[in-house]
Amino acid sequence: MYHYDEYDRALVFERVAQFRDQVQRFTAGELSEEEFLPLRLQNGLYLQKHAYMLRVAIPYGTLGARQMRTLASIARDYDRGYGHFTTRQNIQFNWVELAQVPDILQRLAEVDMHAIQTSGNCVRNITTEAFAGVAADEIIDPRPLAEILRQWSTINPEFLFLPRKFKIAICSARQDRAAIMMHDIGLYLYRDGRQQMRLRVMVGGGLGRTPILGLQIREGLPWEHLLSYVEAILRVYNRHGRRDNKYKARIKILVKALGIEAFAREVEQEWQHIKDGPAQLTEAEFQRVAEGFAPPRYAAQPDGDLDYGTHLAMDRSFARWVSRNVQPHKVAGYASVVLSTKPGPAAPPGDLTAEQMDNVADWSEHFGFGEIRIAHEQNLILPDVRKADLYPLWRLACEQGLGTANIGLLTDIIACPGGDFCALANAKSIPIAQAIQSRFDDLDYLHDLGELSLNISGCINACGHHHIGNIGILGVDKNGSEWYQVTLGGAQGKASALGKVIGPSFSAAEIPRVIEQIVATYCAYRELDEPFVDTVARVGLEPFKERVYARQPEVSTCAM
Amino acid sequence: MRNVIAIRQGQAQLVEGDSWQLLGEQEAPLPTGALILPLHRWLAQPSGYHGLWLGPDDDVESLQLWLGVLPLIAIDFPSFRDGRGYSQAYLLRTRLGWQGELRAVGDVLRDQLSHMRQCGFDSFAVREDKSAADALKGLQGMSVLYGRSVIEPRPLFRRR
Ligand code: SF4
Repeated sequence: MYHYDEYDRALVFERVAQFRDQVQRFTAGELSEEEFLPLRLQNGLYLQKHAYMLRVAIPYGTLGARQMRTLASIARDYDRGYGHFTTRQNIQFNWVELAQVPDILQRLAEVDMHAIQTSGNCVRNITTEAFAGVAADEIIDPRPLAEILRQWSTINPEFLFLPRKFKIAICSARQDRAAIMMHDIGLYLYRDGRQQMRLRVMVGGGLGRTPILGLQIREGLPWEHLLSYVEAILRVYNRHGRRDNKYKARIKILVKALGIEAFAREVEQEWQHIKDGPAQLTEAEFQRVAEGFAPPRYAAQPDGDLDYGTHLAMDRSFARWVSRNVQPHKVAGYASVVLSTKPGPAAPPGDLTAEQMDNVADWSEHFGFGEIRIAHEQNLILPDVRKADLYPLWRLACEQGLGTANIGLLTDIIACPGGDFCALANAKSIPIAQAIQSRFDDLDYLHDLGELSLNISGCINACGHHHIGNIGILGVDKNGSEWYQVTLGGAQGKASALGKVIGPSFSAAEIPRVIEQIVATYCAYRELDEPFVDTVARVGLEPFKERVYARQPEVSTCAM
Repeated sequence: MRNVIAIRQGQAQLVEGDSWQLLGEQEAPLPTGALILPLHRWLAQPSGYHGLWLGPDDDVESLQLWLGVLPLIAIDFPSFRDGRGYSQAYLLRTRLGWQGELRAVGDVLRDQLSHMRQCGFDSFAVREDKSAADALKGLQGMSVLYGRSVIEPRPLFRRR
């Protein structure tokens, strides 16, 4: 993990003091609601339906055990005993009091954490994939550059009042698990033929009202120029992005209006002025930051652990969990474990209680090197677990409700907080997720279905990334009541695709039946082990529509 | 103008009796005294006597020719949430080499002053309903700047 030095620490503490003063001035009536709004947003504080919500950054999803315990203590002392992990590697506390927020931020600062720029029209939390540094298919650990970007974008005075929010993600593995095509800037880090680090830069991706995949603006950018190149993009955007209509203010609209070639020319021109200046990164700085991410001291492990092998053979539930929730590690004898936050109706996707957080912190120390990751699928990861420890860890995870063997399956639902909390929502998402999870509670059946992602957003802002779910559900408002639009065929990763709407929307009560019919159609058409999304791509939407919108829904089950 | 804060020889101070007058579109004929005029009005009769009032849509690059004669440039913040003025200031200072007074006008508030200062503003006409003395407290900002700015062109990693 990156360790704060005196500069990093001074910044977060000064920021707390600054915000404490701003809260006081607001409470005293010296700051108007309008003047206070962007100040609190840039400190992660939203006003939701029932209360203030505080969004805390977990930069590039990496968290230490001590930090996790602090989050647990905040959930306990200032909230109702739980927190919600989001699709952007943040955690949200839904029930905080304005007057206590400075104290919460103080507690975070003490463990090198903050809520700076987790909201507002500025550069947001820099994200990457949850398996950074340990994935077997990784090229380069993207976190040093992510941290460098985090620092550079934090309170960067020129870019705090952009036309709209600005999200940057970086990834460097054969599989794109950071959804870089879905970001305002997506960075893909790789090595060229001479082993030099280079960046492929994508721009203008994003979900929301106008979902668009990012377009490539630069290939082969030497890593030293990362900051100046991003600065050039931001300056062009800050000057020319639309400010008259917030739905047309994201950079994707500017890129679309100018065309990627013209936009790239503008950026290139701007970049020529600054590229060889002091913003050029140095090897020394890279090394300083990279030191924090040096691999832990892995102990050589026997290739095959006898106990582990026995448990695998003897315990079917364990084997099933291993098949879904355990990921290959780059070091032999180790694995990465995904703890599912989607046990079914028992808890909303992404929610963790304080007790669970404390347990995860303990496990991370006991079974690993004290590190935890947050995945944008809202699950938690213990990155470095010895294979011999998988069985005892699984037992503990099950006791804590974090051992559901459903990673990547239909019930591993990604859902935003929706109408239960969010002031912008058209419809609730959590009850929809729970209704689907209740309908599909047979793990054998789910495992037979295989990879199938389902994403739910409570409104067009798409925090649940519904466009890129194999099945996407979007809450819409029809004459003041809650309806749901369904899309099929979305995908994330290198083969990113946006889902297509299947037809008129449904009431909440209809959704479990609709999902069941979609799944049944898939079963009827799939060839061998063809994944859901491939079947949709091959047969198109028609067969699904026919079944879902048939007058008299036929009863059918998947014969497998 | 009233409510002006200026940085002179590195010292921030409240300005008593600032003689500049900000002039909008309507008023004609021009009153006497030193005026700050919208770009097209200034261009209609360029002079080293009147300052320039730059709107967020105005192109800073077009000023290149006049930088030698202009006595002052004011950049307008129609709303404090409109951040274009920061980039205009950056470009004027670093790209076009403007050395004269650069004043922030419009929705200029205490909590943004330090960002404006970082981007090269050296005077600030604080919104009239606010206290300039109070706003002065916002000028200092934080002690750490990670990136770079007009007044600190080296990013922190070159100063660490
Ligand atoms: S998608 Fe809409 S309802 Fe859901 S969290 Fe985002 S803004 Fe709120």
